[in-house]
Amino acid sequence: MKDKIYLFPVFIRIWHAINAIVIILLIITGISIQYALEGIMSFKSAIEIHNIFGLILIFNYLFFIIGNLISSNGKHYSLIWKNFSKELMQQAKYYVIEMFKHKITPFPINESRKFNPLQKLAYTATMYVLIPLLIFTGLGLMFPEIVIIRSVFNLATLFIADLIHIGSAFFVSVFLIVHLYLCTLGIRKHNTFKSIINGWHYID
Amino acid sequence: MLYLKKVCCLALILLSDFNLIKMKKYLILLFTVIPLMYLYSQNDREKENRKINEKCFTCHGQSTYQFYNPEAARDVKYRMNPYRIIYSDRYYMSVHKSFKCTDCHSEDYDSFPHPSTLRFEIHYQCIDCHGGDETYAKFNFEKIEEEFLSSIHSTNHSDEFSCWMCHSPHYYSLSARKESNTKNIVAYSNSICLNCHSNIDNYQLISNERNSDLISKHDWLPNQQAHFNSVRCIDCHAEMNEDVLVAHKIKSKNDAVKNCIECHSQNSKLLESLYRYDIKERTSKYGFYNARILNETFIIGANRNYLLNILSVVMASGILLLILFHLFFRIIKKTK
Repeated sequence: MKDKIYLFPVFIRIWHAINAIVIILLIITGISIQYALEGIMSFKSAIEIHNIFGLILIFNYLFFIIGNLISSNGKHYSLIWKNFSKELMQQAKYYVIEMFKHKITPFPINESRKFNPLQKLAYTATMYVLIPLLIFTGLGLMFPEIVIIRSVFNLATLFIADLIHIGSAFFVSVFLIVHLYLCTLGIRKHNTFKSIINGWHYID
Repeated sequence: MLYLKKVCCLALILLSDFNLIKMKKYLILLFTVIPLMYLYSQNDREKENRKINEKCFTCHGQSTYQFYNPEAARDVKYRMNPYRIIYSDRYYMSVHKSFKCTDCHSEDYDSFPHPSTLRFEIHYQCIDCHGGDETYAKFNFEKIEEEFLSSIHSTNHSDEFSCWMCHSPHYYSLSARKESNTKNIVAYSNSICLNCHSNIDNYQLISNERNSDLISKHDWLPNQQAHFNSVRCIDCHAEMNEDVLVAHKIKSKNDAVKNCIECHSQNSKLLESLYRYDIKERTSKYGFYNARILNETFIIGANRNYLLNILSVVMASGILLLILFHLFFRIIKKTK
């Protein structure tokens, strides 16, 4: 009999499910728009779907932030800088070398530590840097008529917004791929994909 | 032109009599005095014409005019027909500023009251003066005329529709060739279309119908205002011809561009129309991006940075390779 901990509260699971669908659709439509691909859908439909799901992302993000503020889930995203780089290296070393020697993870998951240091850095950067950047620049691109500061030092604000938007979107896409891959680690013992659905994380 | 020819002839005469002793004197004449004479004569002619034009502008340059009425035996003052007012300050900023009014209008306007037969005066069209003129060859007026004649404006309205419906001979100045800010080119160009298409009085000069509501007609267009401010009407409603700088073949509304990716793609048709003025930048694969930043223009789908594209492909491939390596070792090491 394995021990299990209730790691993912209902609000996180709802948020995560919506976020997963929204992000995947935003990436597909975003690539269609950026590369003017009309294979799956027309440019206009891609823009419309991208805009609608962009707005859903905003509301879902607010839901996530409020949920984190009123629950204890927010603490998992607070970075403690002391020894952090050392811990990061430790975790990286585990992924690159130690796991192949069947060693135990240096930062096992428990109720007070949902993420290992690398996860913590990636999730915090994504949720508190990349997503807000995507939201702000996305709103600017969605409503170019009402962008208050149209130009800074004669540079096109929209253009810069687009650069930041595409750049952040690229890193979120990379995050998604790596996230999905790393969730397959240890899949034979405990299925992380199941955990995010039922909330329970099984401990070795 | 006549002055230029005179200068060239004089230069040739001087050169034909060329010898070493007179060289210095001739060179001074050739490079200083003669160009100055040419400039002076140009300015002189313009000054002279301005003086002559003053007579016309006394009445036509303002909203009222005054004359002695012998019947009433006193000076009388009337309002000038607003369509007959030519603002001299704007006229003297236009491309035709060096002309005197009677270069294009009948000499009979010299007398007052103007003879009533002048109402039948036929106005010159662009091609009447500019056609076949080598000085203006770069503007390709012949091609413009050809395009205009096959445009919906000409085919639907025949002779009623002339150059002057869109271009004022009195105020016309170059925009696309001189302006560096795309938004100003757009605003200038669109104001020409809106002059009739959003003004029923002007529209009904050649049509019995009401002009359609442009806003609701373009309801389908996302970010309508951004499009109106950033693209010219002719970029979607006219067929571009590479022989002329500005398209004049206005198409029927059914043939207008409606497919977003015609502009929103790396191969944007705007490169051949609105942005063809930045030829230098356009030819560089890195340039388009920089030009757009400096020009405050942005087109979703068209502004792709070459270096960032390569960087993103390299990074994404690297990450995928790492994952594949990791997966490979997980399989052979039988890691959980």
